[in-house]
Amino acid sequence: MRRYSAFAIAREAARYHTGWERAWKSPKPKKKYDVVIVGAGGHGLATAYYLGKNFGITNVAIIEKGWLGGGNTGRNTTIIRSNYLQDPSAAIYEKARSLYETMSQDLNYNVMFSPRGVMMLAQTEHEVRGYERTAHANALQGVKTEFISPQRVKELVPIMNINGPRYPVLGALWQERAGTARHDAVAWGYARACSDMGMDIIQKCEVTGVRQANGVVTGVDTTHGQIDCDKLAMVVAGNAGHLADMAGFRLPMESVALQALVSEPIKPCIDVVVMANTVHGYMSQSDKGELVIGGGTDGFNNYTQRGSFHHVEETVRALVETFPIISRLKMLRQWGGIVDVTGDRSPIIGKTPLGNCFINCGWGTGGFKSIPGSGWAMAETVAKGEPGSLAAEFGLNRFSEGRFIDESVAAGVAH
Amino acid sequence: MLILECPYCGVMADETDLHGGGEAHLKRFGPGSSDDDFETYLFHRKNPKGVHFERWRHVSGCGKWFHAARNTMTLEVYGTYPAQTYEPPKDLVAKIKKKHPEWGGYE
Repeated sequence: MRRYSAFAIAREAARYHTGWERAWKSPKPKKKYDVVIVGAGGHGLATAYYLGKNFGITNVAIIEKGWLGGGNTGRNTTIIRSNYLQDPSAAIYEKARSLYETMSQDLNYNVMFSPRGVMMLAQTEHEVRGYERTAHANALQGVKTEFISPQRVKELVPIMNINGPRYPVLGALWQERAGTARHDAVAWGYARACSDMGMDIIQKCEVTGVRQANGVVTGVDTTHGQIDCDKLAMVVAGNAGHLADMAGFRLPMESVALQALVSEPIKPCIDVVVMANTVHGYMSQSDKGELVIGGGTDGFNNYTQRGSFHHVEETVRALVETFPIISRLKMLRQWGGIVDVTGDRSPIIGKTPLGNCFINCGWGTGGFKSIPGSGWAMAETVAKGEPGSLAAEFGLNRFSEGRFIDESVAAGVAH
Repeated sequence: MLILECPYCGVMADETDLHGGGEAHLKRFGPGSSDDDFETYLFHRKNPKGVHFERWRHVSGCGKWFHAARNTMTLEVYGTYPAQTYEPPKDLVAKIKKKHPEWGGYE
């Protein structure tokens, strides 16, 4: 792999850009791999990358039914934060956030991580108490957050109306090192690095069955034929339940549509991410100038990758109330993704009833921000056969044992 | 927008008048049941790609709970029926089966 650098740009400029190579190869699948990962989204590719980087396992195939990063990795609002209340969630999301900080250098691929700060508004007394509690918990967890005053909110986001008639801003939970990144670049960067390590990324290859013998997985049937493996990692969003069904076990989750939208591009007007959970809207401004807005989940099972219109209306209404200057903006695009929501709204990473099959799913509405941490923890789980410290609390068995992670990580609201 | 006919008051209600209640016809397990049964009852859901039987409540109308048969891939609604039943009506199941012969049927 030729490295990207300022020198490379100069070199290619001098020869009419004829020397760039494809970022990743698209090989035919081999008969057998040490590890087959189902799902070439951010989580699947990150799992593959850390399997290679941390454990030296490179005989890996990542198979994807659509195109690389075409699921929720390319459909989210690119927010990265780790200001969670419970220790297990704060640990894995903070791991992810810290890996995002150095990801561009690590992958030699610009993922445009922008630690612009994430602000979660407190607009009721309950929220004030809740976020003050979270700030104290974060201090103990080593996650740097603070509870800030309405005046500080106004300084950071001058376009905000902090004295709204319904819900005036009473303060905010502020994480300065949180922010956004370019979502596609995260998938592309990992894919390029995985391909460079000799891993096979096989797109447009749908899994149609999971082969088993004596309680272990021997391989998968795909639209490109049978692929054998020593270990299988299911790292999919939206279809995890469907895949588990093929393998013969059930997951405590349901799939719903979550949607987002962007406005027409305007001049820079907001340089942090603002989340307002009481009125339910969240917004940031992309480098292109579009306001990126996150909507809500539908209240029913859905696999159609489009959401209900009234959620758009509710979200936009809340944001116009919070930011009156955006009231005349037109919305450019709207889209939906299918998120898997588990019984306690926290993700599942760990072992399955099949000995050599591991699962990473159920990230719900909070998947993008966790990609590197999730991949790191999943790679450890797959390589060692047992979850490490980051993943230990997220096992599938927590539902039978009653050890929930009471976080509402994927509560179907702001993420 | 999702529109369901309330089987009690006959109103064609859109989803802003309704509240989804999740999978219908759950078999309930209480104290004294096995851990597996209790886990299945509390957390495991069918979550099918295709035909799904659900509970809905007509919150901004008559306020009653009812059931609906719906397709999660196409958002097509096959029909609604009252809540006082342990399984979907046979004629509704037959109607869906006729339309989708590949469907495995209600189980």
